[in-house]
Parts: sequence; structure tokens; C-alpha cells
Amino acid sequence: MAVKKEAHHKYRVVGTRPIRPDGIEKVTGRALYGADYYFPGMLFGKILRSPYAHARIKSIKFDKALKLPGVRAIVTADDLPEADRKPQQMGEQQVSPYYLSCNVLARGKVLYDGHPVAAVAATSPHIAEEALRLIEVDYEPLEPVMTADEAMKPGAPILIDDLRNQEEGPDQPTNVATHLQFKRGDLAAGFDAADCVIEREFRTATVHQGYIEPHASVGIWNPDGHATVYTCTQGSFTVRTLATKVLGMPEGNLKVVPSEIGGGFGGKTTIYCEPIALLLAKKTGHPVKVTMSRSEVLRATGPTSGIHERVKIGVTKEGRITAAQVWMAYEAGAFPGSPMAPGAMTVITSYDIPNLLIDGYDVVVNRPKTCAYRAPGATAAAFGVETVLDELAEQIGIDPLDLRIMNGAHEGTQQPFGPVFKRIGFIETCEALKASEHYNSKLTGANRGRGVAAGFWFNAGFQSSASVYVNQDGTASVVTGSVDIGGSRASMAMIAAEVLGLPIDEVRPVVADTDSIGYTDVTAGSRVTFATGMAVYNAAQDVVRQLKERAAKMWECTPDDVEFDNGVLRTRGDVLQPQQLTLKELAARFIRTGGPVVGRASVSTGGAGAGPAFAAICVDVEVDPDTGKVQILRVTIAQDVGTAIHPSYVEGQLQGGTAQGIGWALNEEYVYDSKGVLRNTGLLDYRMPTCLDLPAIETILVEVPNPTHPLGVRGVGEVSIVPPPAAIANAIYRATGVRMRELPMSPPRLMKALQEHRNSREGQAAAGR
Amino acid sequence: MKNIQVRVNGHPVAREIPDHRLLVDFLRYDLGLTGTKEGCSVGVCGACTVLLNGQPVSSCLALAVMADGGEVTTIEGLAEGDRLHPLQQAFIDYGGFQCGVCTPGQIMASKALLDANPHPTPAQIKEWMMGNLCRCTGYYKIIEAIQAAAAEKTEP
Amino acid sequence: MHEIHYEAPTSLEQAVGILAKHGDSARPICGGTDLLIQMRAGVRRPHYVVDVKHIAALTGIAFDPKSGLRLGAAAPCIEIFENATLRRHYPGLVEAAHLIGSLQIQSRASVGGNLCNGSPAADTTPALIALGAVARLVGPKGERQVKVEEFVVSPGRTVIQPGELLVELLIPPPPPHSADAYIRFIPRNEMDIAVVGIGAAITLEGDRCTAARIGMGAVAPTPLFAAKASQALVGKKFDAVAIENAAQLAIEQASPIDDMRGTAEFRRHLVGVLTRRTLERAAERARRN
Repeated sequence: MAVKKEAHHKYRVVGTRPIRPDGIEKVTGRALYGADYYFPGMLFGKILRSPYAHARIKSIKFDKALKLPGVRAIVTADDLPEADRKPQQMGEQQVSPYYLSCNVLARGKVLYDGHPVAAVAATSPHIAEEALRLIEVDYEPLEPVMTADEAMKPGAPILIDDLRNQEEGPDQPTNVATHLQFKRGDLAAGFDAADCVIEREFRTATVHQGYIEPHASVGIWNPDGHATVYTCTQGSFTVRTLATKVLGMPEGNLKVVPSEIGGGFGGKTTIYCEPIALLLAKKTGHPVKVTMSRSEVLRATGPTSGIHERVKIGVTKEGRITAAQVWMAYEAGAFPGSPMAPGAMTVITSYDIPNLLIDGYDVVVNRPKTCAYRAPGATAAAFGVETVLDELAEQIGIDPLDLRIMNGAHEGTQQPFGPVFKRIGFIETCEALKASEHYNSKLTGANRGRGVAAGFWFNAGFQSSASVYVNQDGTASVVTGSVDIGGSRASMAMIAAEVLGLPIDEVRPVVADTDSIGYTDVTAGSRVTFATGMAVYNAAQDVVRQLKERAAKMWECTPDDVEFDNGVLRTRGDVLQPQQLTLKELAARFIRTGGPVVGRASVSTGGAGAGPAFAAICVDVEVDPDTGKVQILRVTIAQDVGTAIHPSYVEGQLQGGTAQGIGWALNEEYVYDSKGVLRNTGLLDYRMPTCLDLPAIETILVEVPNPTHPLGVRGVGEVSIVPPPAAIANAIYRATGVRMRELPMSPPRLMKALQEHRNSREGQAAAGR
Repeated sequence: MKNIQVRVNGHPVAREIPDHRLLVDFLRYDLGLTGTKEGCSVGVCGACTVLLNGQPVSSCLALAVMADGGEVTTIEGLAEGDRLHPLQQAFIDYGGFQCGVCTPGQIMASKALLDANPHPTPAQIKEWMMGNLCRCTGYYKIIEAIQAAAAEKTEP
Repeated sequence: MHEIHYEAPTSLEQAVGILAKHGDSARPICGGTDLLIQMRAGVRRPHYVVDVKHIAALTGIAFDPKSGLRLGAAAPCIEIFENATLRRHYPGLVEAAHLIGSLQIQSRASVGGNLCNGSPAADTTPALIALGAVARLVGPKGERQVKVEEFVVSPGRTVIQPGELLVELLIPPPPPHSADAYIRFIPRNEMDIAVVGIGAAITLEGDRCTAARIGMGAVAPTPLFAAKASQALVGKKFDAVAIENAAQLAIEQASPIDDMRGTAEFRRHLVGVLTRRTLERAAERARRN
């Protein structure tokens, strides 16, 4: 796989490909995931879920269930304190504790099929399941509202009685939680200046992250009010904040131990089982494990929003974009908080456009509360814009990548929401794809087509802590609070090894629980290698500083007289007599020079995220003209990755995101019946790609170093999911002449479009005769 | 309740279990072999793949009593002492996983493949491995790892 | 999952005895790849689960050129598609058996189980219908034979009476110059339930079709024998016109629904596409026989 280097590789460890430190545990089955924890006396919790999409809960009776031998406790929302309604900053997210609590256990109303209503703890999972059947819930069914369009109609049934927004005012119940707008220049004048204006409408389906590990948590409650939860999460500190708010306990009383995590992709950045396991543990005095089945995961954990989007873009015949307007409504699910805002912030940010207007709406519907999914909000948004750009390029007769390069954002371009880009690699990324063997190869054969598209994700920063301990034998431990979801332990060890001049296998990375390391935000937003990596870098530098002090003391000079290079301390050549000591030699003398050396650092990156990331993708497809089925023949993704710490794992992120984008494009979707009950609650009918559905995904790493990071690290985890749906739509057009404007582009949908296209062509031909 | 006798990873195991105990639960709850994962409960994701009498099966869709008198191999039974099985080593060397939760199933399924066909083509690997979902990697590095193990290559 | 009593009889008599004794609360289990999913979801809750894999009469696969194939109801799919004789004589049935789930499923699942599950979308059922297969049932009152196209009575329900057991499937020997094929449509390349599945068996004398049977899956509440479409081919020249005519008759007989796997409109369209493709594949094979 090609690596385009701009970063000057002056590094010893960074940029190499060592094997991962957690590898052996994972190939031998020893790695402990959420469901793998066992404690003496442990009970098993199961959750009763609503069969209705929208209903009032009139009563819950559980005396029969409590009498079943083996049942130890039953909890409902009545067991939770009524949480504060005002949204609060919790870690990196704005959350209303009340809504969060209502999502954990329904209070008064159920708002989606699968909404938790009660939970049981019993001596075996089987007994707990049987007990659920004995709980009697009296519901008053209400009319479900399943799409943003329906929910925004005047007179639509209202999901949340007290939901209001600024525009409609304090007296108007509504399903619209937020309207966000970004404006620049003179839109009308911009469209007037264009030679070609295209306006189109798009829809995308609700899709799930599809991590293979279902959620699981074990709660343990001590009589003194201190508690521990073992859980699979992307953010142990986030769980601590959210769960303690919902449970009404001091934050410091809860220890969160993150398990190994079997995928998350954004979906494990909130709480589901954790407060329920803790509540049941408190009530029973036993450890309680709550695990979800796959159908519970699909019905009731946060997928990402389906959206309705309108895109209007104007270009001059030379290819200069003069104006763009985007309108988007995101389905938040049952409670406010879709990724509408990041969608609006990324939708057209790859381009330098003088006049624009972006409107975004966050709309509640009777679907599960959405959660983050890899570049949240960006993929659905890009689908419309990147398809319209393809159409414009065709209309004015220029190469679609040239159109993107010509209008591409660069250093100095102001983003629609304010900040000005520092050094970025969008144009380099498009140019790398344009120069690729794939893009320049000839695609032959009937019903085949090639499409391209680009994508942007800003990447998060936030807060991280790290400690680096040097052991007496000169090896080191790196402790962080960042859950390792895709190999970040390797990157953390590599960064510390780089600074300390140690071989990579002499640095052990550790992911600590919330009592054992400083506050660290969630593993999300492509931030870990950037922000936690920066904390590790600084903590290792802190070690170096202390090593120099020790050496200076021994050599009776000042620390400024000591150099540290590649694991060796030396006196500067121009002072005193030459002295030299390796880190290992010094470590053996820690006991006599002031005790152990502990380096530590914390970072809060503020507004500066992990460096904007851009991807561009080229896809070849073949369409079966009789069935509408699409085969992906070849895919190449180019991405600006900053300095690739571990190129193989960077490639893995690009391949994984592209694969998810392909699934989103072709076959993944939530299918509800007319009553709002989810029909495809399993992996047979929620169709993620198998190995037979994907070609080997080719990657081009474009290394434009991020100026805000000491090693030039840029976030790499997310943007690869953004361009595939639009690229595939553009490829389908080249193969068939049909423009697809609805996701997924599944066989029934594409077949229908193909038939309409043929009918209209026949109609035109007949009219022409 | 039934008394069953099974050889698990080469060792005889006798247990009294309820008739409805699933094989995956028998391994995980009764024997503490939590390397076998449950991902979908309908035999689609392959995370729970174990070998029953040498055949790959979805342990989420088999009753433990059905294994009575048989031989079960799980991920915990692949390494010989401190020596990893070539597939285990290849998955590490070639980055055949990110989160790792599907990995025990991937390795057990590919073990059955190499037992049946020591030198599969990439197409044969895909055909065999279609029942093992991975959401992290896009599969490319998994297929590379299996090819490398088949070729007894240890370094990329 | 609820509590059950598991029994593993080794003779047909024992099995029938247990099933007859417990009536509706008993259910045979073979691979369990459908039943255990349904039990785990609480859709079926039998108290007695009778494992039939230890009964020799249910696990055999025997082919005789004169009398045809006796396919034990519990023979796992993997033994079917690894069987060279079956691959030669019944390639359509073999390709259907090969499509049921992953290898992890195929090592447990059986054609008999696929039929008894009563799904309208079962892959092997249209292939069996095309071959004119007959199901042999044994029960407390003796045995009876039922044509496969009459076996499923509604989604999830079959002709099997309490106490009865499907023992084997009897499939006639393939006539000279004949062959079968099965093609289904799914959105991915594997691991899906058929949106539509079509099985066909035809006999060609020169360019004339002398016998034809088409089975259809996932187009109605039960798997169907496409009688009109099949008869329309017989005695005619086997060409594009005849194939198209059969496809149209098959579409007419289909009464599909909208569901998460496809719309009724799309399914009707697929019946045409797959009928054409399956007949062509069967014919190509028949010309070689």
C-alpha cells in the first residue's frame, strides 16, 4: 500500500510497524471483554423492553415476577432520582441528565420499540428472562412518528411534552429540538453568478455501528456508597460522569473499569447497561451482570440518524463554485441530540465557497436515541453534496476530481462555522487519488462504472492524561485512560519509546480505570493518538527532564548541561569533562538518586482538534441490470493522515471506515413496520458486508503533518467512512445512467430506479418518433 | 439436568448441566472459557465458532448436551504451551484484527479451513470465511493473515 | 431460554413414542439452527426437544440409479454438497443445500429440518419441489407420504401431526438428458435469506422440453410448485420464447408480500428474472447429460 510522504521521517520508532502489545491476549482468548467478567455470587440482569414505538405507561406490576424462585430484584424508573432537565456539559457532550435517565429506564412514556421499562436481577440469565415474561405493563398506545418529515409537520404527535425551541417560542410544543444556521456572503448573488445550478433532494436511512460485541456491564455496589462498574465502553470517564448523574451519586464514588472493547465506532460513548447493573447491585447486594443480545443492541442502542437533505450548488463554466445551500433534517431518535451540528459543520467544509447558507434541524422521532457513529453526521450530509458536485462536473465537462481540487479548502480557508484552516491536505489528497494507478486504469465491461467522492472530518481534541513510569530495569510503563479500540496502545508505546530511546518491546502500555489515571475524554473523534498521544509525549518528556536532573546531580552540573539522545545521557561537548550514561544504567541507580522516576502530563487541546482530515475515494462497481444488485469491484482510498505513527494500523482505519461506508451505501438500514416496530432485529437482515462483499481496499496515505502536534499527528479514524456512499452513487450513475438519491442503494430501490429510467427513455424515444 | 462428558481442548470434562444449556454458555459459564464470544445469537456473525468433532459450528446454536461424548476445541486450546498456533501468530503479525472480539471465531474457522485445505486460494478463503463477520478491518488483513499462516510465513 | 427436556432416541420407534406421548409440547431437533433461534427468541417454546440425529434411518444418503435418492431428513447439508454422486445427479439440490448459512451452519443444518421449519423462503424446498420429491413421515398410526409442495401449509406450519416425524425425502432418479438448478436472489453475496428462490428441473430431447418442474420460494405464504409455468414448457421447443412464457406464468402465480427483504413488486420482478436464469442453467446442464 502506497505511502505518500511529506512528513520528514527523522523518527526511529514512529512510522515503523511493530506488532501490537495486546495481540497475544486477543488471539488466545485471554482478553477480557465486557461479558467476560465473573464475580462470586454474581447475579444476572435482563431488561424488559417496550413493544410499542410510542405509548404512555399506565402501570407496571411485577409482584408475579418477584415471586419466581431465583428472582432477587426488579427496578423501574421509580428507582432512579428525577434528574435535572437542563442540558449540562458532560465530558465532551451536552446532555440533559433527565433525557439520559429517561433513555436508561422509561419514565411515564415509552418512545421507541425496545425502550427499557424495567430490569430484573436473578440467579441465572434464564430465570431473569422468564421473570420478564411475568411483568405486566399496561400501555396506552400513541401514534408513532417515524421520520423527520412527519415529525416536523404542523399537528404531528408530540413526543416530549415540554420540548421547545427558540424559533417556535416557549408556548409551542414541538419535535424540533434545535435549528442551526451558518451563513456567508450573498447567496442570491452567488447563484446569479453561476452558469450551472443544480438542486437535488436526498434521504438516508438509520444505520447502526454494528460492533460485533454487544454491550455488557457488571455492577458492584459497596454498603458505603462506593461502587464499581466493569463495562465495555469507549470512555470510562464519560461513563463515570453520565452514570453518577443518572444515579444521583457523587462522581468520585464510582470507579469505572473499562474492559477490552469489541468495537464501538461511536456507539459506546454513552450509557445503557451501566446504571441498571449498578442499581440492581445496590438493591440486591450482589454483583450484577447485564448483557445485551444482538436484537437489544439493534432495537435500543443508538444508531445514527437517517436524514432528509436538500442541496443546491452553483458553478461557473470554468468550474468555480459560486454558491451553495444545504438544508438538512436529522432524526435524533427519541431524545434530542442527533449529529446534526457536526453534519452541518462538515457538509461542505472541504470547499472554499464565497456564498453559502446551511440549515440544520435536530428532530425527535420514535426511534432509538441516536449515538455517535464514525464521523457523526458527516457521511449522510456528504452524500448529497458529493453527488451534486459529480453532476455539476459532468454538466460543465470537467474531471470530478479537478472540480474538487479547483475549489478545495487549503491553509487559510475559513470554515463555514468560523475557524480558519491551518496546514491541511485536502488538495494533496485529491491529487494523490487523481495520480493513482486505479484512477488512471481503464475500466471495461458492460454495466460497470467508476465514481469518486471526497469527505471531511474535523477530528476532536479534548482532554487526556498520561503517566510514564521508568522501572528499575530501564523498561517503562505508559498509563493512559484511553480505551484502546483499534490499536492505540501500540501507538502510545511507540510515542513513549520514540522519546525515551527505548526499543518498543521495552515499553508496556496500560489502559487504566478511572481511579488510576487523570481525567481522560472518550476514545472517539479520532482524538486518541493525537491528544492522548500528546499527553504521552509530554509525560515522556517529563521523564527526560527528570533524568537530566538526576544525571546533572551525579555529574555536578546543571540539567541544561545534559543532553538526552536515543536513550543516552551525555554532558554537552563544550562543558566539563565528557560523561555518558544510558537510561538503563541510570534506572539502576534511581534508588540512590532520589527514587523512582514518574513522568506525567495532561492536555486540554481546547478548540484545536486532532487536525482536520480529508479523504477521497475511487470506486468501481458493476450493476446487475436485471436485479439492481451492485458489486464493488475495486476501491482505493486516499487520506491525509498527518504523520502515520503505525502505518499498518492507519491503513486498517482507512479500510475499516471504507468497509462501513460501503455497507451504509448498499444494504444497511433500519426497517420499521407501520406501527414503528423494528423488523430487522438481527444480523441476518441488518446486512453488514461479509468478506465476499468487499474487495481488498487499497489505501494511499498522504502525510501532511499537523502543525498543532509535536509529531505531526492527525486524527485518522473516521473520515474514511464519509465518501463511499456518494462515490458508489456516482459509480452507479456511470454504470447505468441512474442517479441514486436515497440510501441504501439496495437492489429493490436501484431496480425500481432502473425500470423508471428505462420507461422514461422508451417514452422519450416514442415521443421522438 | 443431564450428565455430559466432553473432551474440551484435549482434556476430559464431566458436568451436570440443565438440558437447555447452550454450548456457548457451557463453555463460557460452566468452564470459564470466555475466549468464545457471542455476537449475534443467530449463527451469522461467527464469533462463537468452535470445532465440534473437528467441524466448525456456531456454539450459540447448539445445545451442550448435543456435544456429549464429543470433542470440542476452542481458541484456548490452539496454542501448544507457550507456542502460538501459526494462525494466531499470523493474525498478530498481519494485523488481522483491531478490536479482536471476532478474532477467536475467525481463527477457529480458519483452523478448520487449513485442516481441510492446507493451501487455499484467496477465493477459497473468502468462500469459507463468509460466516465470520468483522466490522473493523474490511477483511483484507484477515485474508492476508490466513494466507500467510497457510504459507507458514511468520513475518510480513 | 426456557427449560426443556432433551431426549436423544436411537431408534425411530423410540422417537415416535416420545413425540406421540408429548404431542404439541414436543418438537424434533436436528441441527437446531432454526429451532434454537426460535426458542431463544421465545417464538417456539417446546418442553420436549427430541434430537433425531442419532437415528440411522434419518441420517443416511443412498442413491440408486433405478429408484433414486433416499435422503435422510437429518443428514447435514455439508454431507450433501461434499457427496460427488449428488453433485452429479442433483446439482440444483446441492447448490441449494450449499446456500444455507455459513459453514458453521451447514455442518449442523439439514434439508429435512429446512423443510420442517416451514419457512416460505427455505432454500432447499423449491429445489426439492423441482425434483418432484416426496416426504416420508412416520407416526403412531403408521407412515404416509406427502409431496413436498403440499408439505408446508402456512408460514412455520407443516402437515406434520403431533407424534409424526419426517424420516426421509424420496427423490426420483434424474431421467436421461435432464438436470436441475437452484438460484436465489439475496442483497449480499452470502448469509441472507432468499428474497426469491427458484428451483427448476427439466428434461430436453434435442431442442424440445419433455418434462419440467419449477419450484418457487419466498413468493407466497408457502413454497410453491409453479404448475402452469412448468406445464407450458412441456412438449415445446425450449427457446427464449418458451422461457419467457414460463417466466410470465410464474410471475402470475406468485403472490408475494412487502417485507424487510423486498417489496412485492420487486419480488414479482425477480420471479421472472430468476425463472429465466434457473431454466437456462438447468438446460445448460441437461444438454451435457
